[in-house]
Amino acid sequence: MIELGLAPLSRALANGEFSSVELTQAYLHQIAQENSDLNAYVTVCEELALSQARAADEARSQGNAGPLTGIPIAHKDLFCTQGIRTACGSKMLDNFIAPYNATVVENFIKAGSVTLGKTNMDEFAMGSSNETSFYGPVKNPWDRSLVPGGSSGGSAAAVAARLCAGATATDTGGSIRQPASFTGITGLKPTYGRVSRWGMVAFASSLDQAGTMTQSAEDAAMMLNVMAGLDLKDSTSSDTAAEDYTKDLDKPLAGLKIGIPTQHFSEGLNADVEKCIREAIAEFEKLGATVREVSLDNSHLSVSAYYVIAPAEASANLSRYDGVRYGYRCKDPVNLEDMYKRTRSEGFGTEVKRRIMVGTYALSAGYYDAYYIKAQKIRRLIKNDFQKAFEEVDVIMGPTSPHTAFAIGSKNDDPVTMYLEDIYTIAVNLAGLPGMSIPAGLVNGLPVGLQIVGKDFAEAQLLNVAHKFQQATDWHEKSPVN
Amino acid sequence: MSIELGDVENIAHLARLDLTEKEKEEAASSMSNILNLIDQMQSVNTDDVAPLAHAFDTAQRLREDKVTETDQRDELQKIAPEAEDGLFLVPKVIE
Repeated sequence: MIELGLAPLSRALANGEFSSVELTQAYLHQIAQENSDLNAYVTVCEELALSQARAADEARSQGNAGPLTGIPIAHKDLFCTQGIRTACGSKMLDNFIAPYNATVVENFIKAGSVTLGKTNMDEFAMGSSNETSFYGPVKNPWDRSLVPGGSSGGSAAAVAARLCAGATATDTGGSIRQPASFTGITGLKPTYGRVSRWGMVAFASSLDQAGTMTQSAEDAAMMLNVMAGLDLKDSTSSDTAAEDYTKDLDKPLAGLKIGIPTQHFSEGLNADVEKCIREAIAEFEKLGATVREVSLDNSHLSVSAYYVIAPAEASANLSRYDGVRYGYRCKDPVNLEDMYKRTRSEGFGTEVKRRIMVGTYALSAGYYDAYYIKAQKIRRLIKNDFQKAFEEVDVIMGPTSPHTAFAIGSKNDDPVTMYLEDIYTIAVNLAGLPGMSIPAGLVNGLPVGLQIVGKDFAEAQLLNVAHKFQQATDWHEKSPVN
Repeated sequence: MSIELGDVENIAHLARLDLTEKEKEEAASSMSNILNLIDQMQSVNTDDVAPLAHAFDTAQRLREDKVTETDQRDELQKIAPEAEDGLFLVPKVIE
């Protein structure tokens, strides 16, 4: 039963084909078999999961079940979970047990979902390969010598290896879409502000957004229905009304206008990946869509602007880790400065320290205008490019990543090489737009992801576009598990 | 733009980080590479462009000025490295 996606599982539970306890036990069994090698979960909540499953079965027997009741899911380990460690991939938070639940977590509890555990991730979500985690790298279930992508690599691997029905994740520069692409699953990053950030460990607050990792667009729509909506605890949460994201799934695509950014099909894109993407786009034409080229003139500057803005926000956000109120504290500090410095130097890993340093530099006196203000100006140009394109088209499509998953350890010599991993995804965060990655083919047996970007708050349309493709093709059903 | 060891030491102090000699050298080299990446921004003239701090130009939402949180001091201090009598303990600050 665990090979099924979230939507078919929801129907099977409703039909009484099996119970949530049976389903939860099946996942826990699979996790026990696979996780020691894959390292997708950092915490497995066996007792909690089974008690939630029993409660879900009880609720169902009394006629109180919703679509997500009894569905076993996993949370990325940066969503605070009351009573369960939230480590965010860092030694700094290795002992941190949050006294409250993130709004997203609370919403799934209210929906009656089962929490199987917390998934591995790059430290503080800073990475594109899941190799910066304090808890070690996650392996890609398609080929265990490869990375699953990052930073939500644990959530991606858990869904791909059928260790949960769906998982929450977050995306600051591509952290949902790139790992979804590398592991052959469906990843959705909603519009900035669509899902509450309250109780998410902050990385770059103007970019961070929670989303979903699932087998299909239909599954993603069902999860988003639980996650989306205004939360007064998050001052940037949007008051644009949330919708039923499953309602438009089956709308015909006739007349859909697709834009193909010239800049996303240029130098650096693997030729076989390009072939898959062009074939996927041709499939949309068969479904009645029209395709035209669009230009995102400043997209080549998105990585540069991002590596000012995100580290600057991170350096401010991560100043809270001072060893005073929670988290790691160094042993025997001789004075306050010694405590700050040793706590932070011992608690943070190399990449996190690097980004704090870059951010501190960009915000420091004498450099603020040249770097931080300049980056914000580029950010506006990038947003303008999208706005101009969306005057002509409904959605923008292209590759999620220039290539398929790469070998563990192969890109660690120069951070810039790793940063360029997110070349097609980062601009979407800077503009605040919703984006997805859906499976669109295989190259040498490894998954290729198609990125679909929509207008502000057009999640229902994105999910419709992705769902119709998944009705017409079976790439999303390919799995590393046999 | 290249970063020298002295710059690294200054930035590390501002960020309250204590780096070993080896880490300082690594930071100087990797930060120089990152700044080269960042400096590509300078290729575009942005004199007439207003900075964008946030994807949506919206105003800060305000709420009524009334107490909504309950006192959870003991709960919150349970996870502190060191706390006593409702206070967070830190090394001596004033000599």
